[in-house]
Amino acid sequence: MSAPLLDIKNATQRFGGVVAVNDVTMHVNEGEVFALVGPNGAGKSTVFNLLSRFYTPAAGSIQFNGQDLLKLSSDEVPSLGIARTFQNIELFEQATVLQNLLVGRHRHRKTNVLSEIFFTPSARNQEREHRHAVEEVIDFLDLQAYRDKMISGLPYGVRKVVELGRALATQPKLLLLDEPASGLSVEETQDMAFWIEDIQKQMGITVLMVEHDMGLVSAVSNRVMALADGKELATGTPAEVQSHPAVIEAYLGTSGIQKGGKTDKKKKSKGAAA
Amino acid sequence: MRFVFKTSYDADIKWFKHGAQLFWYILLLAALIALPLIFVWTGNPYLLGEITAVLIFSVSCLGLMLLTGQTGLASLGHAAFMAMGCYANILLLQAGLPWLIAFPLSGLLAGFFGTMIAFPVLRLHGVYLALATLAMSIITGDVIDLTERWTGGVGGMSVPDIDIFGFVINKYANPYAFYYLCLVVVVLCVAAYRNLLRSPSGRSFAAIRDSEVSAQAMGVNLTRTKATSFFLSCTAAGLAGALFGHSATFVTNETFDIVMSITLFLSIVIGGLGFIHGAFLGAIISGLIPVLIANGRTLLSTSMGININIPGLESALFAGIVIAFVLFEPMGLYGRWLKIRTYFELFPFYRKDMFRRQKSYLKTERVQ
Repeated sequence: MSAPLLDIKNATQRFGGVVAVNDVTMHVNEGEVFALVGPNGAGKSTVFNLLSRFYTPAAGSIQFNGQDLLKLSSDEVPSLGIARTFQNIELFEQATVLQNLLVGRHRHRKTNVLSEIFFTPSARNQEREHRHAVEEVIDFLDLQAYRDKMISGLPYGVRKVVELGRALATQPKLLLLDEPASGLSVEETQDMAFWIEDIQKQMGITVLMVEHDMGLVSAVSNRVMALADGKELATGTPAEVQSHPAVIEAYLGTSGIQKGGKTDKKKKSKGAAA
Repeated sequence: MRFVFKTSYDADIKWFKHGAQLFWYILLLAALIALPLIFVWTGNPYLLGEITAVLIFSVSCLGLMLLTGQTGLASLGHAAFMAMGCYANILLLQAGLPWLIAFPLSGLLAGFFGTMIAFPVLRLHGVYLALATLAMSIITGDVIDLTERWTGGVGGMSVPDIDIFGFVINKYANPYAFYYLCLVVVVLCVAAYRNLLRSPSGRSFAAIRDSEVSAQAMGVNLTRTKATSFFLSCTAAGLAGALFGHSATFVTNETFDIVMSITLFLSIVIGGLGFIHGAFLGAIISGLIPVLIANGRTLLSTSMGININIPGLESALFAGIVIAFVLFEPMGLYGRWLKIRTYFELFPFYRKDMFRRQKSYLKTERVQ
């Protein structure tokens, strides 16, 4: 097998005394859907923020497509072909859906400010090309009805889709989805599952996602990695991970009666997300 | 209500959405071009001078609008950049450069120095950035004082006449030509602003205003984009400052004071943050209120014999208007107009809270 698309080796991220990500090693192969699961505070979003270069890990290396990601700043990451969404939707509120998606085209910008001020023919052509690319995303996600709507007036579910669209508009190689189904209704989650499948199979985009909805995770992902307290618990197919004893313990705790109440504290602090 | 059927992407790229819009703006331009005829007819160009001042002020409002309304960076120091443009223009003219070169160059110089000064403060956000720029505004007068050798300091400096290929324009000798000159500058600035808005730069400015973290995740370089916005904004302020110099004909260290910076900021808030129209409406309000008050005062004393002589009446009234806007119409005058227009467009289906902003969702992922 060829080298993995994304290769994280021994990454560690500390916030003061808290070790959010502790010596995590993982890789994502080209063309797969890889899911990160784990209880709250497991360090899943921190892994995403490491990949977006919002944080610099205290130790470890991150390679993307053979390039050292740690040498880049966060605004250079998208140019390699990494796009992301956010857990708590970070859209441009006072702009239309169309404008939001067009910002996603920023990494393909070829003009400079001067040619834009004069709106030279090349700037005009670029606008048309960007619009064409964005229209394909709008078609894919069925956003036609919202094209000229302001984000600030849109319902939550639609915002979630717009954010996915904005990431897709960058035409990434690797798509990072931070809880794509959180807050969505059952129907919306099903739509999301179909989209993730299409993104993988039709567009050939590799997907790395953080998700709590185990239904969605087992439906779409090829491999799953479970994290707890910043450490890797298990990696494998969704079924393997779900039945792994360490994962079950992290989510549900073990019976206090059998093990003498040692894990009772853990039981209380972890929500049963599965 | 009008339905525009778009048949190509160009329909969204074009300046004007539909023919009627184009018609109204052409009509507005025609009215502005024909305006001096009234004053030729009455033979008293005093009010034309006030309108020219509004035009000049609106250029620097446009600049500040780009920075504050578009990029979300508050500046309370824009009079400082106007001063830079003004003095650069005078010095370049004195050095013998023709006006057509000196004028744009003075704008660029103001932009350049503005950006240099702004670089350290660009790391600041919101109210802290406002405070840092306020400091800039406070020291302007002192800097002009200290550089008396070039700027004339307290003694002031007279501004040379505009000379375009031998055609001399002086505000007093030829107010009509000066008006048209300012009008041309305003139209060019609006065109540039419009072009920016429909291209990646304008969108990246808005992206920074609404969410820095996701702008970065989309590949927008924060420092460079903010600096670009600052540069363009200061350039517009510099051009306005140069024109202001020609309009004032004599500038001292007190011309570009802190009050001017604050008035600029308040104007764009009153006009409506984030709208080109807002810059103009704000400039009109802040430019014409003093004129209206003065005229009203004269009218009262001549027709009814009432003499109102309260010092600071203009400022108080202006402050009252600002407070009223912040309380009752945060979207500014242009926002009010949008609401009225929507009311009639949708009649009778307009809902009262149509423009009410939804509470945005929790933002926990701020990385700053």
